[in-house]
Amino acid sequence: MITFNSVSKRFADGTTAVDSLSLEVPDGEIAVFVGPSGCGKTTTLRMVNRMIEPTDGVIEVDGKNILKEDPAELRRRIGYVIQQIGLFPHRTIRENIGTVPGLVGWDKKRTQERVDELIEVVGLQEDSGDRYPHELSGGQQQRVGVARALAVDPPIMLMDEPFGAVDPIVRTRLQEEFLRLQQEVQKTIVFVTHDIDEAIKMGDRIALLSQGGHLEQYATPEEMLASPANEFVADFLGGERGLKQLALISVSDVDAQSGPVVTLEDTRAHASEVAGDANTDWVVVVDDARHLRGWVSIEELNGQRNVGEGNIHAFSAEVKSGDSLRTALNAMVTSRTGVAARVGEGGIYEGIVTHRLINEELSKPAQHTPD
Amino acid sequence: MTFLSELLAWFTDPLNWQGTSGIPIRTWEHIQYSVAATLIAALIALPISLYLGHTGRGGLLAINIANIGRAIPSLGLIIMAFILLGLNIVPVMIALVALAIPPIVTNTYIGIRNVNREVRDAAGGMGMTGWQILTRVEIPVALPLIMAGLRTSAVQVVATATLAAYLSFGGLGRFLFDGLALQDYEQLTGGALLIAALSLITEFALARVQAVIVPKGLAKRNATAAVDAKMSGRAGVASSGA
Repeated sequence: MITFNSVSKRFADGTTAVDSLSLEVPDGEIAVFVGPSGCGKTTTLRMVNRMIEPTDGVIEVDGKNILKEDPAELRRRIGYVIQQIGLFPHRTIRENIGTVPGLVGWDKKRTQERVDELIEVVGLQEDSGDRYPHELSGGQQQRVGVARALAVDPPIMLMDEPFGAVDPIVRTRLQEEFLRLQQEVQKTIVFVTHDIDEAIKMGDRIALLSQGGHLEQYATPEEMLASPANEFVADFLGGERGLKQLALISVSDVDAQSGPVVTLEDTRAHASEVAGDANTDWVVVVDDARHLRGWVSIEELNGQRNVGEGNIHAFSAEVKSGDSLRTALNAMVTSRTGVAARVGEGGIYEGIVTHRLINEELSKPAQHTPD
Repeated sequence: MTFLSELLAWFTDPLNWQGTSGIPIRTWEHIQYSVAATLIAALIALPISLYLGHTGRGGLLAINIANIGRAIPSLGLIIMAFILLGLNIVPVMIALVALAIPPIVTNTYIGIRNVNREVRDAAGGMGMTGWQILTRVEIPVALPLIMAGLRTSAVQVVATATLAAYLSFGGLGRFLFDGLALQDYEQLTGGALLIAALSLITEFALARVQAVIVPKGLAKRNATAAVDAKMSGRAGVASSGA
């Protein structure tokens, strides 16, 4: 656990970078510090490993005041990843990853085994170990940066815009891989970004800071989106707060409606009746094993004896339980039926997601369940 | 006889290769003065400029002070030191060391300062001490420039060590001063050629040393950089294939 207790930083020129900041980062969680430039987020991060010393207040790591520790030794126990990565150009990838093990005196064999393990863990190609940093792409270099920070398995990681220097596609992939990795390694992480979307995606909690290092709100992304503490927070979250909120809720969090369902063998009359009950002009079509086949409009069934003879349309997008409601909403707006069909393992129909379900979900009070 | 054949005769005359005033002894003296002056300059300039580069303080001042050494004519410095210190090798050394210090200071300081801020930040953030950052990161990364400074100094010293003969010491300058005094142009030209050859050999030899000691990753990265472009074709191949 990292604890900030009334921590302030004023620079020699009189500017206040951080203003009496108090918050806790619980074990195993990612706390994202986000805000406009000049809000002191990087300064705050750098105070945790004493790259910058606070002017006032106390920072504790696992209950110990870091100002009472030797800076170099403290830093060896804290993983450190920065946007520009800062790989050593004269050392191979293996040597780069083995830096901190070398500093804390691991023997060669242990270091080598750990480096091999990390090359795999962060998804580097095996043969990249003997290359030099300049021979790798930006994305690969950033993987090395993460591997280097993880080398001695430090309980705490500081990550300053770690994915800021790569293109959006690579960034998304690195973010997702890192979140998967974090589920395994459960580090306590301070993560700095200026990108609110990245904060929402990566953060178990978000600390939103404004100019001069004022903490505007410290909350889970869900809480912050549902109830921003003030106008600054609401502005910073941006105009698509509802959509951002939906991105955090998975389809499995809401109970799908069964919807107007018929099988291939059902008659036109039955289909018409089912549609009428649901107040639609279409029905969902499944086969005997309840595999989703698509949808058919009642009008198009005119003249056919049963549903199977009709013109069955595929849903423009099917959603699965792991997808977000935002994905479901996208499927809804691109489908003529105005709903998203939810399918489970092997294409089994599970129900439909409708606008009303989404409205109900958004109007619920904020949940306190970061996952 | 033409001048060229007389020059050839000077070079091939067995007498010129014998005794205390022969080419081998003069060359050896020249090398001794040069090595001593370059080493003394390096011992003075390297620690200071490494420290200033590492801390980032006072570097420009040091460069400017060092450059005064370059601004004073070496001959003038020798004469002044001779007047003050009398006839011994020290005035020669003072002039040569003063000449050798500025390139080492400038290149070393700039080399260390040019190490990426992020690389230095990452090194500190991972728990390297200041000394470890200097020795494990800054010096290796700055080595191409540090070596460039040493090469420049060494070549300048080899060329200028000629002045030792002005104070009646040995070295290849002997041939120049004697040749001038005796209007023996073969001897004069022969000496000049020997000094030029020794300068080139110095440059080449230090380039090879650099190719060996500069970390492989940097040599690869800088394969197209100006430092290597200065090398001869063979040295260039050696460094990129090292």
